Amino acid sequence: MLRSESLTQTYLSGGRPLTVLNDITFSLERGGFLAIVGPSGSGKTTLLGLLAGLDHPAKGRVELDGHDLGSMTEDQRARLRSEKVGFVFQSFQLIPTLTARENVQVPLELRGEPAEARAQELLDRVGLGDRAHHYPAQLSGGEQQRVALARAFSIRPQILFADEPTGNLDAKTGATIITLMEELNRELGTTLVLVTHDNDLAARARRTIRLADGRVVEDTGA
Amino acid sequence: MIGPRFVLTMAWRESRSGRRRLWLLTGAVTAGVAALVAINSFTQNLRTSVAEQARAMMGADLSISGRQKFSPRVEALIDSLIAPDSAAGRAAGRRAQEVTFAAMAYVPRTTGVRLVQVRAIAGGYPFYGEITTDPVGRWRELSSGDGALVDPALLTGLGAQVGDTLSLGTARFPIRGTVLNVPGDVGAASAFGPRVFIPASALERTGLLQFGSRAEYAAFLQLAPGVLAQPIREKYRQPLRAERVGIRTVEDRREDLTDNLTRLGNYLGLVALIALLLGGLGVASAVHVFIKRKLDTIAVLRCLGATSGEVFAVYLIQALVMGGIGSAIGALLGVGLQQVLPFLFQDLLPVDVRVLPSPRSILLGMGLGLWVAGIFATLPLLAVRRVSPLMTLRRDVEPAPSGRDRLSWLLAILLGVSVVALAAIQVGNLRDGVIFGVGTGVALLFLWLAARGLIFGVRRWFPSRLPYLWRQGLANLYRPANQTVTVVLSLGFGAFLLATLYLVQHNLLRQFRPGGTAERPNLMFFDIQSSQREGVAGIITTRGLEGTPLVPIVTMRIKSIKGVPVRVPAPADTAAPQRQPQGRGRGGGGPAGWAQRREYRSTYRDSLTATERLTAGTIWNSTVAPPAPGAPALVSLEVGIAEELGVTIGDEVVWDVQGSGIATTVASIREVEWGRFDTNFFVVFQSGVLESAPQMFVTLVRADSAGPRGELQRAMAERYPNITAIDLSQVQQALEGILNKAALIVRFLALFSLVTGTIVLVGAVSASRLQRIREAVLLKTLGATRAQVLRILVAEYTALGVLSAFASVVLASAAGWALARWIFKAPFSLPALSLGGLTLLLVALTLVVGLWNSAEILKRAPLAVLREE
Repeated sequence: MLRSESLTQTYLSGGRPLTVLNDITFSLERGGFLAIVGPSGSGKTTLLGLLAGLDHPAKGRVELDGHDLGSMTEDQRARLRSEKVGFVFQSFQLIPTLTARENVQVPLELRGEPAEARAQELLDRVGLGDRAHHYPAQLSGGEQQRVALARAFSIRPQILFADEPTGNLDAKTGATIITLMEELNRELGTTLVLVTHDNDLAARARRTIRLADGRVVEDTGA
Repeated sequence: MIGPRFVLTMAWRESRSGRRRLWLLTGAVTAGVAALVAINSFTQNLRTSVAEQARAMMGADLSISGRQKFSPRVEALIDSLIAPDSAAGRAAGRRAQEVTFAAMAYVPRTTGVRLVQVRAIAGGYPFYGEITTDPVGRWRELSSGDGALVDPALLTGLGAQVGDTLSLGTARFPIRGTVLNVPGDVGAASAFGPRVFIPASALERTGLLQFGSRAEYAAFLQLAPGVLAQPIREKYRQPLRAERVGIRTVEDRREDLTDNLTRLGNYLGLVALIALLLGGLGVASAVHVFIKRKLDTIAVLRCLGATSGEVFAVYLIQALVMGGIGSAIGALLGVGLQQVLPFLFQDLLPVDVRVLPSPRSILLGMGLGLWVAGIFATLPLLAVRRVSPLMTLRRDVEPAPSGRDRLSWLLAILLGVSVVALAAIQVGNLRDGVIFGVGTGVALLFLWLAARGLIFGVRRWFPSRLPYLWRQGLANLYRPANQTVTVVLSLGFGAFLLATLYLVQHNLLRQFRPGGTAERPNLMFFDIQSSQREGVAGIITTRGLEGTPLVPIVTMRIKSIKGVPVRVPAPADTAAPQRQPQGRGRGGGGPAGWAQRREYRSTYRDSLTATERLTAGTIWNSTVAPPAPGAPALVSLEVGIAEELGVTIGDEVVWDVQGSGIATTVASIREVEWGRFDTNFFVVFQSGVLESAPQMFVTLVRADSAGPRGELQRAMAERYPNITAIDLSQVQQALEGILNKAALIVRFLALFSLVTGTIVLVGAVSASRLQRIREAVLLKTLGATRAQVLRILVAEYTALGVLSAFASVVLASAAGWALARWIFKAPFSLPALSLGGLTLLLVALTLVVGLWNSAEILKRAPLAVLREE
């Protein structure tokens, strides 16, 4: 489902190139559940961005469901995301001007599919059926993340990238979110890629890749 | 492929929270569209009204007119045109006539005297339309009676009333009433010479039409039913031209008026167009700020799979819809404003304008509003394409390099081309469209440079010795996301327009202001006959005044140029049709046509006057002997007329001086300052050539106060009724009246630029509101009082206002100087006091708008804001 070959990323910092990811190679099977862990600044989020096609690597290649991301234009990658990829972010990233249901509808509407009923069904599924018409600002952090999860699963993605999905939530709410993700992973067969610095959370994944200073220091699936 | 549905739905949802901010975009185009719709609708109505009233404006089907009494041949032709034709079953037409000339009118009871335009009428004019009088119905009694009808302005000017006796030459007329409305006449023109209508039968009694008197003779014909005017005009135009007589139909009048008024309206529309283009700046600034707040949303949409084109479309649609609403509101306002325009144009138009909404102008205005909203919104929207979806993960991601991509260059070019195209369409002339585009561009560039210069200057030479509050205020001018450039551009441009207008008006009027130059004459007497020379000098000197030496005037025409006879079309001439020049402007009727055929009023002397300057050749002096009989005399031509005639130094011109040919050689070319109140001539002969030709004389006098000036004119009118006088102070008053009216219209339209500028200012202030609130709260938390925060704001807005005003005044001075120098050919001066006033006004406006919009900043409690953070 996902292949990373010699993935390397450098940024300019104070005019000097700074390597934040160095030669990352791994592959993940369909329906897998991978946790990428490591301390702050180890390159977890950078790796997630590259894997999801949100950024270009300095070197190496990423293959997502058979598509070489490096050979695609920005818009082609966007199309691929709208077809196969779901996202959950630490800061939820709901569109503040849309209601909960409208936020869930966006990916479906981008694909030109009927959206309302499916969005309502998903909100019911995450326990927010009665909050469909609330705006993000009217929801708590946990509720916002559940909306984000409903949005991520609305298109029945083949792969879901989650960046510190519980980072802004208390422990109990965080656990609920992870449980929901696991349930959806099981029901829809979605591949899960979870970035976290929380070892307890990582322990629930079937495979863990540990990063330090931009390198893989441990891969439980290797 | 995602249909437009997603884009439309998303645009609608997305706009819900941002609509308040987008209203600024709406407001920015509203004023410009309103001004455009108002002026274009008005122009459209003007055309319709002219078409409807053309017949009434002429009062007849056909008019035939010339500068001399009609020859028997012309009279015979006129008779034939209205004669009944029993064979063809045609009834008789009707004929009316009018003789128009300038004369001095005098009211013995009040001793008031004034130069007037006498119109002697006979024969039931007008056949169409109605001349309204007070008391009602006096017009029809005019021809048969012995009285006069006058302009209301004349009664005011002479302190007279209906019933008084009016003296015209040697005749006296009881004033029977005033003329309220003459279709086809421009009311304001009567300020130069109020109209006095008398019956033609009384013309003889006045004794005013003597040798050399300038008069226009016109016959007005009402053709029999079924007879068409246009074929008659076609058939007789050439033969009549040979008789130096013009023929015009209602259609000619309609075409001329429509052309002129449309051109006037179109150029006024340019002023409105500027307001709309300034609105474009407001749109760009509003969208720029709006997009900055939407970066997160854009990144999320990109992350969820929206393409850059879709995201771009989502925001472009919002801008277009808000621009469309602004245009619609503007169009509505424009239709309302149009009702005001007839009042502004009062007395300046020859027709009564019926004010109706013009669908074409409304659609055009809305279209232009939408175009401006679209193209100006697109420029900042292009940045949307560079927002990386990675921003959802990392807030510190910079948008992709903002170096100009090909699309922004393309857009910038499109913007420039369309500004030129719009202006060219508005005035119907590509060259003027380009001038407008370039002029607007240069002005904006100057203001932009001024703003950048200020930012740079304040940073570079920061006045670090100023108290903290002032430093903080000034630092706001260059802090990130400052609005300095937008404010200076938008506000400065409106002020620039108003200031330029004021400068032109000021300098045009200054020339005629009698007090301006103490030594200049302010009274001119002309039509002085040879026999009256001594008497006139006596009247002037016995009043302790001094007249200039009498200047002779000899009327003549050109016979041949460089050996080529000047062609006066023969009756059978079938040369390409040329429109008969109206005898007012130069160069009508084809290349140099009018310059060759016109009547010249020339003089003779051996030196230049103060208003003349040689540009080529030499001026003879009095020691040059008069030419031998048969040898060419020397003449000096005015530079413009020499160009039109295509002659230069050494060329031969033969003149027809009232029947006898006089050969001349061009010895010099002169530049003449026509604007000055003086005796100026196209052609000056050397002495010793024209002395024996029939001639008249002119003299100029200076009389400081109105009393002696009036008394002198009265004495002259009583003793020599044929002599007419031009009182400079009256000319100046009349000119001021008309210029003020004209300026009021332009100023009214230019005001919309200032309104737009203010809206853009409001937008600019609101754009940085959040940042300011945070700053103010921080300052308050650190112990600043409200008064101190206020002072920081005052410092910033004062600096912005001063810079906008200063830049616009400098720019306006340059533009005013250029206009005075090259267009109006008038000397230029800067009215420092008025410009200072304008500067203060602009600073006050900036301060009021700025502070009014910042009220919230002062009110907000620190804790409430800190909690929101």
